[in-house]
Amino acid sequence: MTTQISRRTTPRINVWDLLARFREVGIIVFILLLGAVVTLRAPSFLTVNNFRDILMNISILAIVALGQTIVILTKGIDLSVSSMIGLVAMMVGFVMRQYPETPIFLIVLLGMALGTIAGSFNSIIITFGKVPPIIATLGTLSVYRGLVFFYSGGTWVNSFELPQSIKMLSKGRLFGVPNLILIALFISIIVYLFLKFTRTGRNIYAVGSNVEAAEYAGIRPQRIIFLVYLISGLLSGIGAVLWVSRFESAQTNTALGFELQTVTAAVIGGVSISGGVGTVTGVVLGAILLGIIQNALTLVRISPFWQLAAQGLLILIAVVLDKVIYTRVARN
Amino acid sequence: MTKSILKLKDISKSFSGVEVLHRVSFDLQPGEVHALLGENGAGKSTLVKVITGYHQPDHGDIYLDDALVQFVDTRDSRQAGIAAIYQELSLFPDLDVAENIFVGRHPQSFGLKVDWRKLYDEAHELLDSLGVTIDLKQKARHLSIAQQQIVEIARAFSINARILIMDEPTSSLTLSEVAELFALVNNLRENGTAIIFISHRLEELFEIADRVTVLRDGNYIATTKSKETSRDDLLRKMVGRTISSQYPKTEAPLGEVVLQVDQLTSEGLFTDISFEVKSGEILGMAGLVGAGRTNVAESIFGIRPATSGKILINGLEVSINSPQQAIGLGLAYVPEDRQQHGLIPAMQITPNISLPKLDDFAKYTWILNKKEKKFAYSAALQMEVRARSIWQLAKELSGGNQQKVVLAKWLSTHPRILILDEPTRGIDVGTKAAVHKLMSDLAADGLAILMISSELPEVIGMSDRIIVMREGFITGHFMRSEATQENVINAATKDVRIENLS
Repeated sequence: MTTQISRRTTPRINVWDLLARFREVGIIVFILLLGAVVTLRAPSFLTVNNFRDILMNISILAIVALGQTIVILTKGIDLSVSSMIGLVAMMVGFVMRQYPETPIFLIVLLGMALGTIAGSFNSIIITFGKVPPIIATLGTLSVYRGLVFFYSGGTWVNSFELPQSIKMLSKGRLFGVPNLILIALFISIIVYLFLKFTRTGRNIYAVGSNVEAAEYAGIRPQRIIFLVYLISGLLSGIGAVLWVSRFESAQTNTALGFELQTVTAAVIGGVSISGGVGTVTGVVLGAILLGIIQNALTLVRISPFWQLAAQGLLILIAVVLDKVIYTRVARN
Repeated sequence: MTKSILKLKDISKSFSGVEVLHRVSFDLQPGEVHALLGENGAGKSTLVKVITGYHQPDHGDIYLDDALVQFVDTRDSRQAGIAAIYQELSLFPDLDVAENIFVGRHPQSFGLKVDWRKLYDEAHELLDSLGVTIDLKQKARHLSIAQQQIVEIARAFSINARILIMDEPTSSLTLSEVAELFALVNNLRENGTAIIFISHRLEELFEIADRVTVLRDGNYIATTKSKETSRDDLLRKMVGRTISSQYPKTEAPLGEVVLQVDQLTSEGLFTDISFEVKSGEILGMAGLVGAGRTNVAESIFGIRPATSGKILINGLEVSINSPQQAIGLGLAYVPEDRQQHGLIPAMQITPNISLPKLDDFAKYTWILNKKEKKFAYSAALQMEVRARSIWQLAKELSGGNQQKVVLAKWLSTHPRILILDEPTRGIDVGTKAAVHKLMSDLAADGLAILMISSELPEVIGMSDRIIVMREGFITGHFMRSEATQENVINAATKDVRIENLS
């Protein structure tokens, strides 16, 4: 018996398998190629300052996209992240205007708490109300954006009204690296450890891969699903505080349309929309690729409209490639 | 008699008034392989689900180690050391082998961090103790069915299962894979594990089982040692009922051959299927679930065209690549799964009936409601569909009435060849009789009918001729006069693989 089975399972090395296993390699290769081409046209691309800009620009995206990823791993989607950011940003902005002396760590905690509360409504609607995630979060996307107007009465918080402490949250530097980038890196590591090294993290993959089997295996899928929308809200809350810090304002249209960028980063990073597949490294690389494309297209002076089209094209390429690779692997 | 590890006493279970198990008793001893045998619908699956706590019995007791137990859910029975491996495997396609074994119970260090090294070590050890080698980092998606089964067995053992239930584990395995599986089962038995083994392959039972319990129509029939019984004896116990007279197929004058299928083959699904159906004839197609009968019907109807072979209609060779072409050639197919393929549950009766012939009610692509309504009304009336109105949603109808709507829909295309796949599954007795009468009438009107049915009395009662399929091959051919339950089921359980090897 041993001989039979072991013979059939000797791992076969094969290009498609490698590509399927190491999506990250593909993205890195693509980034390098793109970088080379852009550098030829605009040498300023290859400077430390430019790279710092790129990373600053995608830090918030990466954080929120990781929340989005955790949701997508369970076959769900959270369209409301942009409105949660808008709402929390406005509330945090108001608090800072009113009480400029508040210590910054309290402000961060407040953002996290508000985000988690906003996320919990998604959790409740989806797990108790049995509403499909895409519909539930489409609803809260509008509701939360509406609440931003309601709360602010259409006004906004501008740079002069914000204390220095919040501005320094992202602008300050440690060893020459802006805090914002460090925070994004820190959160990425936490999420990586969570998904890879905790039971709950692994159960998220299990639920997304096969809900029924997960239930047979003694996991309670509803709990996991409840949790992932909480996490998405929590990370959106952090994103909101950082947004206020980086753009030094809280407006009614803060982060409008941002939800699609988070999905884009996740999908480019190899997260399967049908659940169960995706890594933190992939998503972070996906966000970086998005940032590089935006930056590069600006450097070579291509209109922002084309940038949007390029983003869309990138998603399609990523997804089609996935499908091709997947069918090839399945056939083997 | 040694001590039983599991004992069922007088278990009864009903679903919506229909008794599926009637006072069934069963006992299992440590270190034995106990086979559960019966036709489709004999109650084997329900019995397994009662043992695993998925269903609670209406009546009767379960004893584990002679102590009365009650399983509230499957979690409960698992904790008691009962593991089941179902036909549909429940693995996580995106997780690797090792993680599949321990999912939900990942070993941890400091009560927080998943200890991956320990997980791989334990998985390795476990597979070693089962005497198999599988790449632990392989994703379950890429495993063969046999390997997937081994992973499931390993998972069962990782929770220290003492009782292992295997529901048709060999149904999709090759001969050599079956041998591997049996070696593993023997290994487990020697270590004292009790195994409940469900299979339709009688040969296998003699090879692997110590005892066999036969169920029929939800009743306990007998338990015998497999050494003290024979294939014929088991077959008799499985079918042993008489055919009632509710099957009114009248002799109709047979006409020309309307549908002829010649060496139809679809790789991996069925091989060398040849038969013909005459006008006025009902050809029954018997076999066990999964024998490939539906695949043959689907390829004739153009849903999944066959890879080789010929289809002739009225003596002319045709190529059918889509259902649309099939409808154009006078074919109609009433599929097995009404909800999925037979009708559109969220639509009303009228548009369901008019669907295949919508062009007939349209003028310059604009559908004429009045004409459609009139047509649907008369079709529904003719089929005696019981509904509030023809605007009632199809999903609100009973199974029998849904089937009538499906029939009305296809008969309205005036087919010359009607393929019926399990035409009376899940419908009430009254409607069943009506469907049988209708089939008889249609044949008398000159229709050629191909009827797939897993219900032996139905096949034998309704068919002029019967072909039997087994794992993609035709294994039997009987005239109405020579068909008996015994010889049909004998052909349906014949081991074609052994024949093919020799």
